[in-house]
Amino acid sequence: MSHFTPKVVTGNDLLLGDVIYLTETDSWSRDLLLAQLITDPDQAARKLAYAETQTHKIVGPYLADMQAAPQGPMPMHFREGFRTRGPSNYRHGKQEGLL
Amino acid sequence: MYHYQPFDTQFVRNRVAIFSDQIARRIDGSLTEEEFRPLRLMNGLYLQLHAYMLRVAIPYGTLNGRQMRQLARISETYDKGYGHFTTRQNIQFNWPKLTDVGAILSDLADVEMHAIQTSGNCVRNVTADHFAGAALDEIADPRPIAELLRQWSTDHPEFQFLPRKFKIAVTGSPNDRAVTKAHDIGLRMVQNALGTPGFEVSVGGGLGRTPMIGQVVRDFLPTQDLLPYVEAVLSVYNRLGRRDNKYKARIKITLHETGAAELTRMIEARFIQIRPQFSGQDQQVLAAITKAFAPPLYKTADLSTYQATYQADGLFRSWVDTNVSAHKQAGYAIASISLKAQGQTPGDATAAQMRVIAEMAEQFGHDELRISHEQNVILPHVHQSDLYALHQNLSAAGLATANLGLISDIIACPGMDYCALATARSIPVAQNIALRFDALKLEHDIGPLKLKISGCINACGHHHVGHIGILGLDRAGVENYQITLGGDATETAAIGDRAGPGFSYDEIVPAIERLIMAYLALRIERSESFLKCYQRLGAAPFKEALYPKDRENHAA
Repeated sequence: MSHFTPKVVTGNDLLLGDVIYLTETDSWSRDLLLAQLITDPDQAARKLAYAETQTHKIVGPYLADMQAAPQGPMPMHFREGFRTRGPSNYRHGKQEGLL
Repeated sequence: MYHYQPFDTQFVRNRVAIFSDQIARRIDGSLTEEEFRPLRLMNGLYLQLHAYMLRVAIPYGTLNGRQMRQLARISETYDKGYGHFTTRQNIQFNWPKLTDVGAILSDLADVEMHAIQTSGNCVRNVTADHFAGAALDEIADPRPIAELLRQWSTDHPEFQFLPRKFKIAVTGSPNDRAVTKAHDIGLRMVQNALGTPGFEVSVGGGLGRTPMIGQVVRDFLPTQDLLPYVEAVLSVYNRLGRRDNKYKARIKITLHETGAAELTRMIEARFIQIRPQFSGQDQQVLAAITKAFAPPLYKTADLSTYQATYQADGLFRSWVDTNVSAHKQAGYAIASISLKAQGQTPGDATAAQMRVIAEMAEQFGHDELRISHEQNVILPHVHQSDLYALHQNLSAAGLATANLGLISDIIACPGMDYCALATARSIPVAQNIALRFDALKLEHDIGPLKLKISGCINACGHHHVGHIGILGLDRAGVENYQITLGGDATETAAIGDRAGPGFSYDEIVPAIERLIMAYLALRIERSESFLKCYQRLGAAPFKEALYPKDRENHAA
């Protein structure tokens, strides 16, 4: 059996455009640490199919590769890393207000 | 400048109402995202990495103080208090909420602005020389033609679903400041043997994945034939352009696959066919538009104070020498406001800065502003006697950086800090290069140098035509930066040569430093610019500096 890279379901919030993640309870969170880390390909397909029905809340859902860390899912690629924070030129986006 | 006629006002208001209704229907679920996406793109609304982005057209880069103030107000009311000026003479707001977009567009309509056709496969914002109407070397102001093209192309029923986007640039000067050779159609004003102005027409220029310099399809096009001729080009492209592969859909590929001679023949044949349909109404419209671009009522004033302050104040002198250009009217100057303070984001202006710029235009600049494709702001008509007061006001607002055309005057696209298409960041690379050379106190010594950075192969940062170009890529999950050398964005346009393997994010600034140090050692004299030095010596000595033999290459 081939190795499956764990994933989260993510996309952008319809009204705000902010990056959001699917949680275990099928709700949407702005915080990657609250996202459900999916380790099974069938479940990943089911969760993505569910996300695709949530068109009143989310735009462009997709599966993003993650690794498991003690605090929660951690991005594998720098693009996903930027999506958890915001731009690097101003403290805007998710990092806004954080130290 | 041109002011909206009742038709323009009604058209833009109607579009705001239509798109506001489309937004409401997307939110209530009547429209799917697939249905909504092309509608929002037609109205300049993108969904980027962290938020929506609204791209607002600044036609041919011209705006007045009132419009700039409104952009400031919009940025504070609906965004995060700043705007980003782009290489296509647009302004982008990076954080609008979907629910606010209708209100933003309505506020824009209040000052005769819109976001129509700033995206999508249609004729985009027509760009022009940012010194238009003021440049010493100008044959005539190209903006009436640009406005005519804006009116003609807006909602043109035949050209709303082109194979791909279509960009037109126009210049009225022999010195090309509008990068016309890198546009789908480049219009360069020339004079015939009788001294009558007309246009040299280039087709098929473009950067991006397959960079190409436009090829001349007409040496001299009389002005009265311009609209039917441009329509003929679009018409041939609309039929021939490939719709099976978006990477081969631009007219540059059509030209390459069809051949310049055959494409020219087809354009001319189509032109002959449609020319009789243009009965002269377009020329009446053009005449009315041209009146709107009459020069300002120039003043005369004593220049002794200007000359004295120029001698006495070193900072002012440096700014004048670097940021002020020759004007066609005696006693006047063109003042460029740099949006490239070292360490800041290229092209960004805060709301407070936008208000200062508006005030300066109203007080000292006949209420005219331009946005350049190099992401700076221009006051095209300033009497020299007002330059000192202008400089004092700009200094207080952090807008008096004397670096126009120097290494820190970097074009940078938003890159992966904002853009959903980007493969690497551009902004922090630009910031770090500018800060490094500022710290070395070398940029005035280095002299004229165009450094341009793109965060992906789409080349919004014009890296191919930079004397030094930087292209940010994703190489195996790591940001990697390729350098190109010897590009040229002017009338002698050229695509830069790739120097070799790319550099990591941490290595790119030291690599640029090695390159510049090599240039300083290699140039014959101070007046030999980086580009001239590169053209004289070729790539070899610069490659040696980038990839010294005693260190490991950072191959990618």
